[in-house]
Amino acid sequence: MGTEAYGISTGKLLAAQVELPRRHRHSVALAVKHSLRYLLLTVMAVVVLFPIYITVVNSLLSASQIAHRPPIFFPLHPDWGAYATAFREAYLGIYLRNSMIVAVGIVVGQVATALLAGYAFALVRFRLKPLLFTLTLATLMVPMEATIIPNHQTIVTFGWFNSYEALIIPFLASGIGIFLFRQVFLQLPKDLIEAARLEGYGHWRFLWKVGIPLNRPLIGAFALFSFLGAWNQYLWPLVVTQTNSVRTVQIGLDQLESVGIDHINVIFAGTVLAALPIFILLVVFQKQLVRGLGTGALKG
Amino acid sequence: MTPAAGPFLEAQAPSPDAARVKGLIAHAGTRRRRLEAATGYLMILPALAVFGVFVFYPLARAIWEGFYETPPFPTEPSRFVGGHQYASVITSSAFLESLWRTVLYVVMTVPIGIVLGVALAILANRKIRGIRIYQTIFASTIATSTAVASVIFFTLLNPEVGLFSYWLGIHGGTGVLGSPTLALPAVAVVSIWQNLGFTFILFSAALLAVPEELMEAARIDGASTWLRVRQVIMPLLSPTLFFATVIGIIGAFQAFGQIDLLTKGGPANHTMVLIYYLYETAFVNDNPGIASVMSVVLFAILGILTYVQFRVVQRRVFYGN
Repeated sequence: MGTEAYGISTGKLLAAQVELPRRHRHSVALAVKHSLRYLLLTVMAVVVLFPIYITVVNSLLSASQIAHRPPIFFPLHPDWGAYATAFREAYLGIYLRNSMIVAVGIVVGQVATALLAGYAFALVRFRLKPLLFTLTLATLMVPMEATIIPNHQTIVTFGWFNSYEALIIPFLASGIGIFLFRQVFLQLPKDLIEAARLEGYGHWRFLWKVGIPLNRPLIGAFALFSFLGAWNQYLWPLVVTQTNSVRTVQIGLDQLESVGIDHINVIFAGTVLAALPIFILLVVFQKQLVRGLGTGALKG
Repeated sequence: MTPAAGPFLEAQAPSPDAARVKGLIAHAGTRRRRLEAATGYLMILPALAVFGVFVFYPLARAIWEGFYETPPFPTEPSRFVGGHQYASVITSSAFLESLWRTVLYVVMTVPIGIVLGVALAILANRKIRGIRIYQTIFASTIATSTAVASVIFFTLLNPEVGLFSYWLGIHGGTGVLGSPTLALPAVAVVSIWQNLGFTFILFSAALLAVPEELMEAARIDGASTWLRVRQVIMPLLSPTLFFATVIGIIGAFQAFGQIDLLTKGGPANHTMVLIYYLYETAFVNDNPGIASVMSVVLFAILGILTYVQFRVVQRRVFYGN
C-alpha cells in the first residue's frame, strides 16, 4: 500500500522483477482493496437486512410454509391472505388509524407550541424569560418513565383513560423543539427584524410571515423526528389504553403475538404494516433526516 | 400601524414614516412594553401548561409519594413513612439486582452498537458505484420501532418454528429467550440491530463534516487504513462518539418495549431491568409507593446524564465547531 514512501521498497523491487508498469501494479492493489470493501459491504448488508427481508418473505407464505425445513427464502407463489387476515381479524386497520391520529396530533401540537415558545424566548422581551427558559430546559432532564405513575393517575382523574386525549395531550410540548427553534430565531439577522418592525410587523405577523417561512427545512426535520418518536411510543400507550378502539399499532403488535403459531404469517404481515408508514416517510424525507441529525441533538 | 408596502425584504432603508413611528413608540413606551410582555407570556403559555401538568407536577408528586407506603389493601389509607421507604427500596436486593442487570444491558448494547455504527459509516463513506444502496440498507433499521424489531426477533427465535432457533439447532423447549444465560444477550442483540440504522446515520453525517483534503492528505502520506481511522477520523468523531454514548446509555435505561415483548422480565427475573421492575411494581403489583422511589432513582440517573450531555453539546455548538 504505502510502502513507496520509504524509497526503494519491496513493492518496487517486486514490480521490477515482474516487469509490470508501476501504474498497473498500483491499480491491481487498488482493485483488490476495492473488491474487499465491496465484499465487506455486501456481507454486512446481508446481515443487517436479513431480519427485514425474511419478515417480508414470511408475510407472503402460509404458516406451514414458514415452518417448512429447509426454510423457504423466495416466495415463488406469494399469498397475500395474511394481510387480509391482519386487517379483518387482528384490527390492524384500526391500530394504524389510531397511530396516525395520535402521531399527527402530537406533531402538529409540538411544532405549534415549540414555534411559539421558541420565538418568545428568542425575540420577545418579558421579565420572567430567563427563569422560564431554564425550566423549559429542565424538562429535558425528566424522562417520561419517571413521571408515568402520577401521570397515569392524572389521566384517570381527568376522565381521559383509554382515549386519544390520553395519548396526545401529555406530549403537546417539546423541550428540545423549543430549544431548537429558539436557536434559529436567535440567528435571524438583526436588520431583518428591525426592517420588519419599521414596516409595522408585530410579533405574531413577523413569526407567521417571516420566521416560519424562513425556517421551513428545520421545522420539517423536527416534525419528522417528532413523528418517529410519537409513532414508536410503547410504554405510555400500554399504560393508558385498554381497548382496541384506541390502541396504537405498537401495542397492537403485542396483541398480534397472541394469535398463535398457527397464524405466524399474520404476525409477520402485521409487523410489515406497522413499519411501512415510517419506511415510506423515511424514503421520502431522507434528506431532512440527515440534515436533522447534522444539526445536532435532535433525538431527545 | 402602517400596512406593509411592497415585499417585506426590500424595506432596507428607513422610510420617512419610520421616524414618525419611532417617535410614537417612544411615547407609548410603558404600554408597549407591557403589551410585548403579555405577548411573550401568551406565546409560552401552551408549552408551559403542558410542562406544568405533565412534567413538573408529576415529578414533585413522584418524589412525594416515595414518602408514603402503599397499604396492603387498597381500602386503607397510605401511611407516611418519611425517608424510610427510600432507604429500604434502594438497599433491597431486588432493586439492586434490577440496577445491576440494567448496567449489564448497557455494557452489552452501547459499545458494540457504537463500534458497529462507526465501522459501517467508515466502510460506506466512499463515493463508489452502488454505495447509495448499501447506505440505504444500513440505515434501514431506523424504520423499525422497538415493537417491530422485538416481534420480528420474537418470531424468529420461537423454539418451535423460528428460523434462528432452527439455525442454532434448537427445537422445542424454552428456546433462547427462555434461557437464563442467553435471554439478556438476545434482547441486547435485538436492540443493537434496531439502533444500528440510527447510529449509522449519525456517524455518516459526522463523517461528511470531515474535510475531504484531510482524508486525502492522510492517504497520500501513506497512512494505513487503521492508522488513518485512529489518528485522523477518530479525533474528529469524538464529539459524536460522546453524544452517541450518552444517548445510548439513556436509551438502554429506558428499554422497556423489547423486554415486554421478548421476555417480560423472565426467565426467573434474568431480564428484569430497572424500568421493567418499575412498571411491574406500579401497574401489575399495584404498589405506587415503591415504584415512585424507583422513578426518582431513574430520574436522578437519567437527569444527570442528560445534563452532562447538554452542557457538552452546548459548549460545542457555541464555542467550537
